[in-house]
Amino acid sequence: MIAWRTTRVLQASVGLVALAAGWQVLAMIFPPFLFPPVTEIITRTIEILITGSLLYDVLVTALRIFAGLLGAFILGGILAMILGRSKSAENILAPVLIFFQGIPALSWVVFAIIWFHGTEFRIFFIMVLTTLPAFTFQIIDAFRSMSKDLYEMTMSFRPSRLTLLRFLIVPTIVPGILTAWKVNLGSAARVVVVAELVGATGGVGYQLLRQQQLFDMAGAMAWTLQLVLFVLVVQQTINAIEAWVLRYRPVSERAM
Amino acid sequence: MTDPVIRFNNVSKVFARPDGRGDFVAVEKLSFEIAKGEIVAVLGKTGCGKSTMFNIVAGLTEATSGEARVVGHDPFRDFEFFRGKIGIVFQGDRLMPWRTALENVLLGLQILDAPAVQAEATARAWMTRLGLAGHEHDYPHALSGGMRQRVSIARAFAVDPEILLCDEPFSALDEMTARDLRAEFVRLVRQSHKTAVFITHQLNEAMEIGDRVMVFHRPARIAYETRLTDADEAHCARAREEIMKVLGAEPAPARDA
Repeated sequence: MIAWRTTRVLQASVGLVALAAGWQVLAMIFPPFLFPPVTEIITRTIEILITGSLLYDVLVTALRIFAGLLGAFILGGILAMILGRSKSAENILAPVLIFFQGIPALSWVVFAIIWFHGTEFRIFFIMVLTTLPAFTFQIIDAFRSMSKDLYEMTMSFRPSRLTLLRFLIVPTIVPGILTAWKVNLGSAARVVVVAELVGATGGVGYQLLRQQQLFDMAGAMAWTLQLVLFVLVVQQTINAIEAWVLRYRPVSERAM
Repeated sequence: MTDPVIRFNNVSKVFARPDGRGDFVAVEKLSFEIAKGEIVAVLGKTGCGKSTMFNIVAGLTEATSGEARVVGHDPFRDFEFFRGKIGIVFQGDRLMPWRTALENVLLGLQILDAPAVQAEATARAWMTRLGLAGHEHDYPHALSGGMRQRVSIARAFAVDPEILLCDEPFSALDEMTARDLRAEFVRLVRQSHKTAVFITHQLNEAMEIGDRVMVFHRPARIAYETRLTDADEAHCARAREEIMKVLGAEPAPARDA
């Protein structure tokens, strides 16, 4: 088991090491304001992590991502319940959600600036609206994947709505919800930067805008890496939760 | 004479065809009565409406017309009344893959809000009785087909229902396992004096299990019925011959049924 994990970590490192090596080659060819050395990027990245005032910006962005995702998840869950219970509601709401899905994140940024004053609410609004359709559709898909056989078996014991939710619906939809969080996390991390670029006075997006104004490529890379590291840490946390929740699933020795 | 536990009076069930081309009659004016403590085997070819009749008794589907009564109540509408009164063993084991064998047996007891300690003791006792001791913490995927079906039988018996409904519970198992499990099942039903409806498409199984055998024609209506309690060998042989004749004479189901 340990050897298998070590192999996996080593394999995952190969691509990243190759990427860093390629960057370093470019750094030796081009001037540092275009391709700063890898060591400088790493130094700046660590500096952000150990400097309280800079780390604060990372945490603000993380909080905005979580708030936005949580808002979209709760609203998406409610919408999924409405859509799941009524075919008419689905016929009315599904096209609206698909329409929303087609609106670029940048357009939501413009709408938010025109409609609202508060920076935090603007960002929250953008985050929720950009991830809401995906959350809604993923939750409803998870619900619809519920086995009819297990539903009938559970119903044969005459459960209350709450008991049905506890014993059948929640365990059935949890894997789908975890996947939805993983998918939307990446999307939210990209959107939050766009939202922070316009009008925010703190956060990774704001700091990226500053690095662009200072023409500081090492700084831009270091701030980008903060977001990448954040997404990686949260993804791994969700993966760990998923592995624990789905521990009952058999794994074939030939599994990829 | 006591009231029958299960009573069907001219019950019909009609489904709309998914392609919109009219209706499909699964059960047609079906009438029968099952007394308390009786084990009735319902025999019929695949697609004859046995499972639809089963679902009506279980309260999983509603009759289109006629009157279906279980312990004097409508099994579909009087949802709450039947809490813990009906135990079902389905064709597949229908175990929740995220629950261990013990947790699957516990399911019905938990839904019925049985005290946790007492519920676990009951579930463990049923697992032991069905030869599953030592497998309490195994997930369904780690169990054989026969063991999984034993878990589903334990789950049905654990809530101590008045009525047991079984929809071809051993059809997916190999003959040896099915035979052992069938014998065990009959022993358990007789010991507990439960009323049981056992659906099957195998003549031998129906003859072995039933106090009474009802043979269905398509759409579900009784084409032949015989009582086997205290029947001698000659009666059984005649019944077997009649059943084979009835099943053989049945027209093949329509292609789009």
